[in-house]
Amino acid sequence: MSDLVAPARGATVRRATAPGGSAAADRPRTGPDAPSALEGSEVGAPAPGPTLIAASQLGTAVVESPRGRGRRRNLALALVVPVGLLALWHLATAVTGTFASYELPSPGAVLDAAVELATWDKGPNLATHVQISVQRVLIGFLAGSAAGLTVGALVGLSRLADSLLSGTIGAVRAVPSLGWVPLLVLWLGINEDSKVVLVAIGAFFPVYTTVASALRHVDPQLVEAGRAYGLRGASLLLRVQLPAATPSVISGLRLGMAQAWLFLVAAELIASSMGLGFILTDSANNGRVDRILLSLVTLAVLGKLTDALIGVAEKRLLRRW
Amino acid sequence: MTLTTPTAVRTHPAHPVSVQGVGRTFASRDRSAQPRAVLADVDLEIAAGDIVALIGASGCGKSTLLRQVSGLDAPTTGRILIDGRPVDGVDARCAVAFQEPRLLPWRTLTQNVALGLPRGTDRATGDRRVAELLDLVGLADCAGYRPRQVSGGMAQRAALARALARNPGVLVLDEPFGALDALTRLRMQDLLLDVHAAEPTTVLLVTHDVDEALYLADRVVLLGRPAGAPPGAPAGVRSVVTVPGRRPRDRGDAGLALLRAQLLDGLGVPTHHEAHDPDQHHSI
Repeated sequence: MSDLVAPARGATVRRATAPGGSAAADRPRTGPDAPSALEGSEVGAPAPGPTLIAASQLGTAVVESPRGRGRRRNLALALVVPVGLLALWHLATAVTGTFASYELPSPGAVLDAAVELATWDKGPNLATHVQISVQRVLIGFLAGSAAGLTVGALVGLSRLADSLLSGTIGAVRAVPSLGWVPLLVLWLGINEDSKVVLVAIGAFFPVYTTVASALRHVDPQLVEAGRAYGLRGASLLLRVQLPAATPSVISGLRLGMAQAWLFLVAAELIASSMGLGFILTDSANNGRVDRILLSLVTLAVLGKLTDALIGVAEKRLLRRW
Repeated sequence: MTLTTPTAVRTHPAHPVSVQGVGRTFASRDRSAQPRAVLADVDLEIAAGDIVALIGASGCGKSTLLRQVSGLDAPTTGRILIDGRPVDGVDARCAVAFQEPRLLPWRTLTQNVALGLPRGTDRATGDRRVAELLDLVGLADCAGYRPRQVSGGMAQRAALARALARNPGVLVLDEPFGALDALTRLRMQDLLLDVHAAEPTTVLLVTHDVDEALYLADRVVLLGRPAGAPPGAPAGVRSVVTVPGRRPRDRGDAGLALLRAQLLDGLGVPTHHEAHDPDQHHSI
């Protein structure tokens, strides 16, 4: 597995450490067609994109691994905007007082609210709220994306299922998320089930859509080659069609995760006594803008975190691409 | 190129192929249009271990016939026998290589070649066989690369190794070198002959290239419409030419020049293109 990226990565390192040196001389020997093979690997191999650029921009000889350095630099760049926003926010509230605390509390006040809620003993504290929200999202996402994968695979692989189902599913998808809430509350009651089901509905559609279309568009030549080598049905799906569709499936999962958080807040805004969405409605009723901001920041951080988790899985799975 | 002696047990010897009265008609997508007959009454006997090249104009059904031998498509009429048993569905005795390598991009060359191994090959035997085949096609140094990291010629060699991994009784090649540059193509032709010498199997090969056919094949089969047939008529076997001499042949052999002219003529391409006289009126 790691040998896959090795030539490309090797080339990167060499260029970074010895900028004037002949790249061709250092090329690993790969047989008679080697030069064109390596050109292929440099252009087409899944080289670590940002690192490649960063490392070649550094140009000068580097003692430290260019990969680690490039990564740190990217992280630093990514922090510029959030830190700048935080400073502006602080400036506009605590320093100049352009906004009153009931309009926009200062970052310090939000931090105080976080500490207050984290140590709250008259009801669920911050950790409990976060825990219940994360639990709803994870269960809902797992159920919804599993259903999306299954139905998407069915519709993507079978013309009959496509004709039977895709129209109906498209119509159901067109129902706005909040439209489901009254029905779910009536059928399932105001409890965990109705919220998790709503989150699952949210996660289902992006996964379903991407999986179905990815499987429908797997290169027919590859499928035929698979058939020519005796693969049929499940073995064809597992060895050719699913791996070919993997990149799209993962981007579908990412979209599904984003939509799961969206639907979670919708569910918690309407009928709940715990969770980050509940903090939003409750604080709106009490005028606690600091807690509203706290909840929004927490949602942003959690959403980014779950997305990053899928990103890690993506990197592992797509290393072979 | 060094040839290695195969160590793995070959399960399929070379098989004879018998094409009997094969016809293929494609239903038209447009309902009002007539179904289109591509092949009719194709009869062909191929001896075990022979290399037979199919040539013919574009769209004359060469690839269709190949797909039927490999079981990817079924004839509308007639039947095809491999070693006396009819082909029904994708046949384990056959292995196909296409014009494109069609390697799975997420697998290494080794893993791609392993896809060709017959079902139920035990791991140790399979690994050994794959390594041996990669060595045979000169890719032992690149076994761990992915298809997009190697050149077109290397990918096509891997596809050939994958086909050989099946231990085929019949090796079916659909314009295998058509997409390669001229030099790589000549090298691949020699490689195919080396492979055939190392692992003698029946080879059925479609090509556009008359010289390639004459260089590689024991017999060249010209597919086409009968003379004087209307443009939409189905194609059949126009002629079968036995190529004189033993392989490896001299690419510049003068004795083949006459055959070459005959075959090109059969394809509707005269060897001497008359220069147009601007004063002379003619119709095309």
